[in-house]
Amino acid sequence: MKIKNNDKAPKVSLDYFYQWWFKVILCVTFIFLYAPILVLIIFSFNDSRRNITWRGFTFKYYEKAALNDGLIDAFINSLTIGIFNTLGSLILGILTALLLWRFRFPFKAVYEGIILLPVVMPEICIGVALLVFFNQIGWANNLPWPLSLSKITFAHILFSFPFVAIIIRARLATFNLEQEEAAFDLGASPGQVFTNVFLPHIRPALIVSGLIAFTLSLDDFVITFFTSGPDTITVPIKIYSMVRFSVTPEVNAASTILLLITLCAAGIALWVHRAKISRIGKL
Amino acid sequence: MKNPIIKIEGITKKFGIKNALEEIDLSIYEGEFFAIVGPSGCGKTTLLRVLAGFEVPDSGLLFIDGENMRSIPPNRRPLNIVFQSYALFPHMTVLDNIAFGLKVTGVPIKECYQRVKMLLKLVKLSGLDHRFPHQLSGGQLQRVALARALVKRPKVLLLDEPLSALDAKLRNEMRQELVRLQKSMGITFILVTHDQQEALSTADRIAVMNNGRIKQVASPTNLYESPSNKFVAGFIGSINLIKCEVRQIEGELCAVTTGLTKDLFSIKGKNEISVGQSYLMGVRPEKIQLTKLTDIDQYDNKLAGIINNITYLGRSSMYHVKVSGDENIVMNVSMSHSDRSENIDLCIGESVLMHWTAGSALLLEDHDS
Amino acid sequence: MMKQVGSHRLIFWLTFIPPTLWLLIFLLIPLSIIGSFSFSEKRGLIDIELSWILNNYIRAADLIYLSTLIKSIGVAGITTVICFLFGFPLALGIASAPPRWKSILLIAIILPFCVNLLIRTYALIAVFRTRGFFNFGLEWFADLINVPFEPLSLLYNDTAVILGLVYVHLPFMILPLYAGFEGFNKTLLEAALDLGASKLELLTSIIIPIITPSIISGCILVFIPALGSYLTPELLGGPNSQMIANVIERQFMNANDWPFGSALSMVLVYLTFGILALRYLCFNNLYLDKNKRRL
Repeated sequence: MKIKNNDKAPKVSLDYFYQWWFKVILCVTFIFLYAPILVLIIFSFNDSRRNITWRGFTFKYYEKAALNDGLIDAFINSLTIGIFNTLGSLILGILTALLLWRFRFPFKAVYEGIILLPVVMPEICIGVALLVFFNQIGWANNLPWPLSLSKITFAHILFSFPFVAIIIRARLATFNLEQEEAAFDLGASPGQVFTNVFLPHIRPALIVSGLIAFTLSLDDFVITFFTSGPDTITVPIKIYSMVRFSVTPEVNAASTILLLITLCAAGIALWVHRAKISRIGKL
Repeated sequence: MKNPIIKIEGITKKFGIKNALEEIDLSIYEGEFFAIVGPSGCGKTTLLRVLAGFEVPDSGLLFIDGENMRSIPPNRRPLNIVFQSYALFPHMTVLDNIAFGLKVTGVPIKECYQRVKMLLKLVKLSGLDHRFPHQLSGGQLQRVALARALVKRPKVLLLDEPLSALDAKLRNEMRQELVRLQKSMGITFILVTHDQQEALSTADRIAVMNNGRIKQVASPTNLYESPSNKFVAGFIGSINLIKCEVRQIEGELCAVTTGLTKDLFSIKGKNEISVGQSYLMGVRPEKIQLTKLTDIDQYDNKLAGIINNITYLGRSSMYHVKVSGDENIVMNVSMSHSDRSENIDLCIGESVLMHWTAGSALLLEDHDS
Repeated sequence: MMKQVGSHRLIFWLTFIPPTLWLLIFLLIPLSIIGSFSFSEKRGLIDIELSWILNNYIRAADLIYLSTLIKSIGVAGITTVICFLFGFPLALGIASAPPRWKSILLIAIILPFCVNLLIRTYALIAVFRTRGFFNFGLEWFADLINVPFEPLSLLYNDTAVILGLVYVHLPFMILPLYAGFEGFNKTLLEAALDLGASKLELLTSIIIPIITPSIISGCILVFIPALGSYLTPELLGGPNSQMIANVIERQFMNANDWPFGSALSMVLVYLTFGILALRYLCFNNLYLDKNKRRL
C-alpha cells in the first residue's frame, strides 16, 4: 500500500527563505539598492547634457572626463593615498591583531574599545578633530607632491587599520596553536614556522583586509574633506564639487570609473574569502 | 495486546537520491519503552523527525493514538522530544525552560508552576529553579531537558541519543533513571540510539535499523538469542560467522557442513530452510568452550585451532583462534576467568579445541535481504 | 610562535606601541584638543584661549541648535527603525537560505556598500528628483489608469534625508543580525515548536531575546553614523533638513567659530560614548557568558 502525500501536508520547515514575505522584501530591497546605481551607470552613456531623458549612446563624457586634468590629478591622488593607506593599515592591523590575540594585559577590554573608536565615532567628529589638530601643530601645507598627501593618508590609516585588525584577529582565532607546536616539534626554526605555517594561514585575511582598506580609502569623503588642502583633491572631493556645480553626465562617467575600481577591489576581496563576510558583521 | 499508540504504515523519505527511510512499518504500544538502534546514517534520526513532524515523509501514513498526523504541525502533536544537544533556551531559567511548553499552550500560570515544581522533584532538581542553563552540569542539563518534555504529559516521549553527551558513569545512572521515570509515569518512551548496550539495558522492545529499513523488531532477549538476519546478529553483540551448507533436516535440528572439517554440525533450524542451500552458521563468543585438543572425541560441534591473540578484558578475556583448515577464519571466543578449566594452558600459539552445543548456534541467511 | 621566543616582552611592546601611538596622535590628542576648545573663548580672528567657560555649551542649548540636535536624533532614530524593519526579515531569510544562495545574497547586499557614499547619494538624486525616474514611473502608471498626475517633490526634505540614510546604512544592520542568526542554534526553534509554540511565539520568546545583542549591535552601527551624517543631508536635504553635522561643518569652514564648533562636535562625542557605555552595561547584565561578548 502506497499513499502519496498530497500538497495538504503542512510545510514544517523553519526556512524563512521560502516564505513569500521574504521574497517580497528581498525584491524591494534589491531594487532600492541597485536601481539608482544602474541608472547612474546607464546615463553616463547618455548623449544629453541635461541627463534626464535618453538621447542615444555615447562615450563623449568618458572622453571629457579623461581630458579633465583636475579629475586625472584627483584619480592619481586617490590611488596613491589608497596604496599607502593599504600598506600602513596592514602593518598596524597585523600588529594590533597579534597583540590582541597573543597577550593579556590590564584594561584589555578598554583597549579593544578604543581600537574600535575610529570605526564607531561619527566621521564628522574625527574630521574636525583632525582639522584642528593639523592646524594647531602647524603641519606645513605646501609640501611637495607625495608628501602633501600625508595628512589624508594618516587620517585614512586611522579608520582603516581597525578593520584590518578585526579581520586578521578573527582569522587568528581559527589558528590551531598545536599546528605551530607540531612544526616546532618537527624541527622548524621560528622563522620557518612563521613563513610556512603562520603566514599561509592568515594570507586570505591579509588579502581581504588589504582590499577593504583600499576601498575604504577610495570611498571616504567626510574625513578627507576636512584634511585635504587645495592641492590635494581626491576623487570623491572632486565629484562633490562637480555635483555642487552642476549635474552632468560627466559626473556619471567619473562616478562609474571610481565605482568600477572599487567594485574590482571588493569583488576580488569577496571572491578570495567569502566566509569572511559574516565576520565583518560581528564588528 | 494493548493499543498501538503509534502506527507507521509504509513511510518512505528520500533526501535527494538517497533513501533515508524505505517502506517503514512499525507499531509501538502504549506504555512501552521502545528503542530504535542502528549505526549512524541508518535513518533512525529521520524516523524520529518524521514522528515529531519536522520532516514530511514522501509517502506513507503515521497515526498517533489513532489520529492521522499528516496535516498536524509539530507544535500540535501529542509528543515531545528530548534533544541530543538538550536545546535548552539559554536566556531562560530552569523554571522558565520547563514552564515554556505549558505557558505557550495557555495553561494558567499558577498551575504551570505547580506542575513544574512537581516535575523538578521527580527529576531530583529541586532548588535549582532559578539557575540558567550555563550554570548547570551535563547531568543536570539532561534532567532539565527531560523535565521540560515530560511536564507536558505527552502521549509519547522521543529521546534522541539523550545520553551521548554524558560520561560513562553518569550514563549508567541516567539509564536506570530513565527506566524508573518511564515506569512511574506510564508514558510511552521511544529511545533513539546507536548504542546497542543502551537499548538492551533499557527497552522493552527494540527495532534495529540499517540503510533506511527496519531489520528486526523484538524484545532484547529475542534479539540477542535469535536474530533474524546477519546484520542484527552482528550489530547486537558480536558473533562468529562461518559459511555452511544444509545437508539434512531432522525435526528441530539440521545438519550442516562447513568445508573446514569433515564433521557435520547440528544447528537449531528455523522454518523455510531447504537442503543444499548455503547459509551462515553463527556462534556467539561466550557460547564457545575451549578445551584440550586431545578431548576431540567427546564433543559434537567442534573446531580445532591455534590461539592467535588474546585481549584481556578484566572479568573475561577474548581469545582469537585461527581455525585449522582455513588460516583466514579467526573465531573470537570469550571466556570468563573463573570458568577456565585448570587442565588447559591458554596462551598464544597453543592448539585448542572449540566446541558448543547444538542449541547455541544460529542459522542465518547468507545474503542480507 | 611568540611563546617559544624568549623575548616575549619585546614582542609585546613591538605590537603594542605602533597602533597605540597612532591612536594617541591621530585620535585621542585631536579629540582632546577639540575637547579643550569647547571650553575656550575666541579672542580675535585666530586666537583661541582656554578659559574653562561653558558658554559654548550654553549656546549649543539654544533653541535653533538644540532643535537641530533633537531633529538629528529623530532622523537617525527613524532611520534605525526602518533599517531594522527591513533588515530583520532580510537577515532572517538569508540566514535560513541554502548555502549557495546565502553567499550570493550576502554579496549582493554588501556590494552596494562598497560603492562610494557620495556616488550612491548622487545616484539617488537622479531617481527621486521632480523630473527623475521615480516620478516618470508614477506618471506612466497614472497615464495607464487615467489619473491626472502631478510630480511629487521627493527631494530636498526630511523624507529624502531618511531615505538616503536608510539606503546607505542598511548593510550595517543586516550584517550583525545575519551573524547573530548564523550563530543561532536552530534546534532551539525545533524544541520550542515541539513544546507547542506558534510561529509568532518562536519569534517573540525565542529568536528576539536570544538575538538581542546582535540587534543592539546593528542599531548602534546604524544610529551613530546616521546621527553624525554630513553628506546625505547636505545633498538630499532642503534648507530645513540640516543635521547637526552640517551645523558643525559651517562653524569650522564658514563661520570660523572653532570653539563653538568644537562644543557641538563634543556633544556628538559624548553621545557616542554614552551609547557605547550603555551597551556595555546592558551586555554585562545579560545572561550571556561574558566571554561571548563582542566589540
